[in-house]
Amino acid sequence: MADEVKIVDARGSFCPGPLMELIKGIRQEPVGTVLEVWSSDSGSAKDIPEWVRRAGHELIQNIEEAGIYKVQVKKTR
Amino acid sequence: MQKVVILGGGVGGTIVANQVARQMGTELKHGDIEITVISESHDHVYQPMFLYLAFDQVVPSEAKKPERDILDRHVKLVEATADRIDRDAKAIVMADGTTIDYDYLVIATGSRPSPEQIDGLPEGGHIFYTEEGAIKLRQALHDFDGGRIVVTVGVPHKCPVAPLEFTFMVQEWAHSRGIGDKTEVVYTYPIGRLHSLEPVAKWAGPVFEERHIESHIFFNPEKVDPTQKTITSLEGETLNYDLLVAIPPHTGQDVIGRSKLGDGGNWVPTNRHTLRMEGSQNIFVLGDATNLPISKAGSTAHFEADIVAANLINLLRGGLGSMQYDGKVFCFIETGMKTATYITFDYTTPPNPPAPTEMIHLYKLAYNRMYWLTPAGLL
Ligand SMILES: Cc1cc2nc3c(=O)[nH]c(=O)nc-3n(C[C@H](O)[C@H](O)[C@H](O)COP(=O)(O)OP(=O)(O)OC[C@H]3O[C@@H](n4cnc5c(N)ncnc54)[C@H](O)[C@@H]3O)c2cc1C
Repeated sequence: MADEVKIVDARGSFCPGPLMELIKGIRQEPVGTVLEVWSSDSGSAKDIPEWVRRAGHELIQNIEEAGIYKVQVKKTR
Repeated sequence: MQKVVILGGGVGGTIVANQVARQMGTELKHGDIEITVISESHDHVYQPMFLYLAFDQVVPSEAKKPERDILDRHVKLVEATADRIDRDAKAIVMADGTTIDYDYLVIATGSRPSPEQIDGLPEGGHIFYTEEGAIKLRQALHDFDGGRIVVTVGVPHKCPVAPLEFTFMVQEWAHSRGIGDKTEVVYTYPIGRLHSLEPVAKWAGPVFEERHIESHIFFNPEKVDPTQKTITSLEGETLNYDLLVAIPPHTGQDVIGRSKLGDGGNWVPTNRHTLRMEGSQNIFVLGDATNLPISKAGSTAHFEADIVAANLINLLRGGLGSMQYDGKVFCFIETGMKTATYITFDYTTPPNPPAPTEMIHLYKLAYNRMYWLTPAGLL
């Protein structure tokens, strides 16, 4: 069964920025939720996976599509 | 008669009410339109003053004025708590069971700090994001005679610069009290740099070093042990503290949850350009209440209010209300007790703050006094 993906549209977000938007999403969703952050900042492709690793969640996908960085993360704890 | 209801009498709600009232004075007087502000607080509160309240530089009465005195006299004010928004009935159901109908609704209910989301924080830590919290912290700082002050930051939070400002100010404050040598200042931040705004983070790094402020990045506060005086992050790091000052995670207001209009954090899904609630034509959302990925700040609420007011006026006169918000934010940043800088950015323009100066600091202090012209629609 495919998980429903919650989109976190953080394009154009200089502050709080895509990673904080992801942390906010993770905090307010139940364990098992898959979130997909959309970012216009290339830095997201690096700093989001780094936080995901430190926080013990699961990185599912990290791609770029037409200048938009799309990082999928599953909340595991 | 067309009815406009504005739920929330803070920065955003008050500006919208006054702008529409001022530009549609004739229609208001003829009874063609009616504008009602609903606010559960008798006073309009200028929240940035809480930062200075904690340092005993101002007292609470300097941070508030009766909302009635700020609103245009043709705007109706209902000082009571809204229980929920009934979208089908196009009405607000008040806590006392009465209802207030609307044709257009503006949701401007703001956000609230939720220290209870972090185990042990309400007992073990201080906050300065509410009047009550700032007063308690004022006492704790007054009684403080040296030790380890930990400033920690939860997600999401309003006023993204306040955590850094507090950190710089408390460090200078300790020195000015002659306890700088026996005071350590520690700052934690949720992501991989000192501030979400890259130029601010870059600038803050050397300043932290120069002022011996210890920092811990990738630190999302998860639990506090008030007995052991420790705070532990979601990432597994534990720090000791003597005085803990938290910028706790925030949520949207409970009325949003009761109305079933919000996401998991009671933030209202909002179109980033039209500022209409997703899936609605006649409900606008602004300020802290939205789910938009931009800073929750008074200036954001102000810029959004300009757009919402212009669209409401246009709609009430038969137009389409199609002006769009570009994501503009502006914030002053206090860099100590005597200097400040500022940042401005929008969805497409990155921030680029100038070097801090005393002049900007003085302007910020002056603005703190002039703020009242903003909700009045004059500044
Ligand atoms: C310490 C501190 C420092 C800050 N510094 C700055 C700064 O330097 N610059 C800056 O731009 N911003 C700053 N801010 C942030 C700024 O104050 C907020 O972002 C701003 O007030 C948001 O405006 P708003 O209109 O969305 O909500 P608010 O101004 O919070 O207003 C919300 C309104 O909704 C009403 N309400 C809520 N629920 C109900 C209900 N159920 N029924 C009836 N009424 C209800 C409340 O009574 C209130 O009138 C600071 C905040 C703090 C706490």
